[in-house]
Amino acid sequence: MTAPVAETFPQFLLAHAQHTPNKIALRERNYGIWQALTWKQYLDHVKYFSLGLMSLNLTPDETIAIIGDNRPEWIIAELAAQAAGAKSIGMYQDGVVKEMIYIFNHADVSFIVVEDQEQVDKVLEMWGELKNVRKVIYYDPKGLRSYSEDFLMSFEDVQKAGREFEKTHPQLFEEKVAQGKASDIAILCTTSGTTGNPKLAMLSHASMLSMGKSLMSIDPMQPSDEFVSFLPLAWIGEQMMTLSCGLQIGFTVNFPEEPETVQHNIREIGPQAMFSPPRIWENMISRVQVKMEDSTWFKQKMYNWAMNVGYQMADARFKKVTPSPLLKLQSFFAEWLVFQEIKDHLGLRHLKRAYTGGAALGPDVFRFFHALGVNLKQIYGQTEINGIAVVHRDGDIKFQTVGTPIPGTEIKIAESGEILMQSPAVMTGYYRNEEATASSLIEGWLHTGDAGYFDEDGHLIVIDRAKDVMTLHDGTKFSPQFIENKLKFSPYVREAVVFGGDYPFVAAMINIDFPNVGKWAENRQIAYTTYTDLAQKGPVYDLVRKQVEMANTDLPPAARIKRFLLLHKELDADDAELTRTRKVRRNVISQRYADIISALYSQNSHLDVQTTITYQDGRTATLQTRLKIESLNGTS
Amino acid sequence: MLRGFTHTLNSSQLKPGETQLEIRDMQLRFGGVTALFNVSLEVKQSEILAIIGPNGAGKTSLLNCISGLYQPQDGKIIYHNGRAHDITHSRPHEIAHLGIARSFQNIELFKHMSVLDNLLSGCHIHMKTNLFASMLYWGPAQAEQIEQRRFVEDVIDLLEIEAIRGHTVGSLSYGLQKRVEMGRALAMKPSILLLDEPMAGMNAEEKEDMARFVLDINEEHGVTIVLIEHDMGVIMDISDRIVVLNFGQKIAEGTPDEVRRNPIVIQAYLGEDQSTFPMKHLG
Repeated sequence: MTAPVAETFPQFLLAHAQHTPNKIALRERNYGIWQALTWKQYLDHVKYFSLGLMSLNLTPDETIAIIGDNRPEWIIAELAAQAAGAKSIGMYQDGVVKEMIYIFNHADVSFIVVEDQEQVDKVLEMWGELKNVRKVIYYDPKGLRSYSEDFLMSFEDVQKAGREFEKTHPQLFEEKVAQGKASDIAILCTTSGTTGNPKLAMLSHASMLSMGKSLMSIDPMQPSDEFVSFLPLAWIGEQMMTLSCGLQIGFTVNFPEEPETVQHNIREIGPQAMFSPPRIWENMISRVQVKMEDSTWFKQKMYNWAMNVGYQMADARFKKVTPSPLLKLQSFFAEWLVFQEIKDHLGLRHLKRAYTGGAALGPDVFRFFHALGVNLKQIYGQTEINGIAVVHRDGDIKFQTVGTPIPGTEIKIAESGEILMQSPAVMTGYYRNEEATASSLIEGWLHTGDAGYFDEDGHLIVIDRAKDVMTLHDGTKFSPQFIENKLKFSPYVREAVVFGGDYPFVAAMINIDFPNVGKWAENRQIAYTTYTDLAQKGPVYDLVRKQVEMANTDLPPAARIKRFLLLHKELDADDAELTRTRKVRRNVISQRYADIISALYSQNSHLDVQTTITYQDGRTATLQTRLKIESLNGTS
Repeated sequence: MLRGFTHTLNSSQLKPGETQLEIRDMQLRFGGVTALFNVSLEVKQSEILAIIGPNGAGKTSLLNCISGLYQPQDGKIIYHNGRAHDITHSRPHEIAHLGIARSFQNIELFKHMSVLDNLLSGCHIHMKTNLFASMLYWGPAQAEQIEQRRFVEDVIDLLEIEAIRGHTVGSLSYGLQKRVEMGRALAMKPSILLLDEPMAGMNAEEKEDMARFVLDINEEHGVTIVLIEHDMGVIMDISDRIVVLNFGQKIAEGTPDEVRRNPIVIQAYLGEDQSTFPMKHLG
């Protein structure tokens, strides 16, 4: 089937509803079973919600904000706004209040669509500071019965208003959709900026659709494919897969029941494609490793044998050499006896392609998944270019690179080493921020702020954020992220921050993985109380020390970690130490932990830190912790 | 797309505020020990009534009398649901059938069955098809089973236990087991829910969750709740009325504010053991 010809998302929706009205478009697990919506029903929902918004005077220069888990209503609201000629902005549920208020006011948000009572309460709290918001619309009425605010409205009531509105305005929806132009702004997308207020990238229908089209020209998808939408729809990657690819091809999008059931739901659906940030893949590995550790002797032996075969096969594929017949035979049995089972448990059995993006993924993670036979590929892009610009091609995977530009994308490296990109998918600009637009869009070239270069095969290698790249004491340039990813491959390391640019050697601040290290400690009868307590245990230091030594073996001498410490608290997005997509905010950390960093570069073997804790009832307490600093010998 | 509840979890036919349960001059004795002495109280439709009192005051005995586990020697218990039923000497299963469900202080679940099966066992009280039809699983029996399965989903949605549907109850944490037990009582579609220390042994976060569920059951479905609880903070926050027992006698009754200021209550708590009633809640 050829994809319908249309130039906006709502037009695609209309076309699908005409061509395949009874095909399943969306599925949501609700009340314990998968409930399906056909394209016709999907369209009706969008239509009446859109008419409802129009009856409430939504104008094309306004924005609707959407906050909630991945549900059909999320994208129905988005498409309804676009059908009315307006735009939408997705927001992270755990957003900081101050940032949310900024976005609501800055982006001219007139309607906020939220999931449930929790989000309603949050919006009510900031209501006094919101300038343009007229209605707050919720779609899960649980617990909201007694709320009397007149600006609160249920999703159904808006749709009911839409049905009424249709009686006096027949054909209005169809006319509005037909009026839509490719150059209209479809969504505003917050950029996961590591500094200051978020910037809002304006993405047009044309740019979003062109990106999906280019991606699928190299990695085709079928209308019969299944996709599970479980990452925040506020993230550009999820928008690209669910909307841009989903609406162009017409595959079925599945929504999990609850965030806690995602893993189970993925397994039930068995999707054909997945696009996830590194943390999802890293978590999967940790899960496999921990499960295997608890397994029987025989299963462990089988697993180790199969993984060994798998790694050999993967390496052969990476090097593009034909594996020996013996290896092929072994690989057949490994797949049959071990890998299928593991993939089934992870829900990856039907996967044709898996993508990772949003941040760099460690090479070891790549090798692991390819050993299992999962076709995991790196995507490189930015929100400003719709998330996807460079990708690995099937059979041409080099894990130190991010692949080659997708069709229609031009890339050049500036003299400073910065990566510049040009394609039909580049954003229109930042919303109401001329200054930022002017500094990142210069003569049609998007300045990414990332440093990188092309290798001999035309693959792009991204080093790091240009400003993060460090020059080691011997003059070589090195990326802290690369070292951090090496450390994070260990199931016992959750987060790592590496320093070394302005210092005589490389040092690291490490967060242990609480559940995994906790389990490890339990198995060895090590008693602990809290995260802080566990992190400062001698044996835990020894454990992590081994992980650091392992990471060091693959690193050039100058980049090896000489000293490290285990941090007393977990880095947290709520404390602005990480972005919502779990990227380390280096400037915040180097300010907040200045004492700890200078201690890392002193002669001391420990450091006393004081932390002030605020309890929920407002009381505060000061905690004293002694952090050990471990030095590694024989690495220089 | 359906959101929210498709079934009401409440089987009462009364309007909010009408008297649902009357206890008149009830006496319960175990040999020479008087556990309850001339206790009279009323429970109104759709309220949250808390029963408090020091250890051994007779709180659980009172619940046991209502649910039929104990038979009082004297007095009457009248239950209204369209018409008046004298349930003073009814058997526990008859009382459950009338719509009075309860949870226990110590968890009484089927430990080796799944959460779902435990919840479904709560529904069985309302099964209409007979044994043979059920064995054939055909026609009305099948329809009924599907209907009950669907109903249980509303309970699961309310208590947010989607992720543990298939788990064996014995493998769950204490807090979750408590939640499942309340779920099973709800699956009986009660008109009155008796909760015996639903928050005992929980940490602050679990308590907060539990309090929210109790409020949801009451506000969303109008189910009357009678609960025993020791955490005075929770009691003062969520209950509409409080009954105070001491040595088997009712010594006070009223809104949280009235009870907090009642000198007899303060004395009962302070006279016996200061630590059982935190002063700050008495203000």
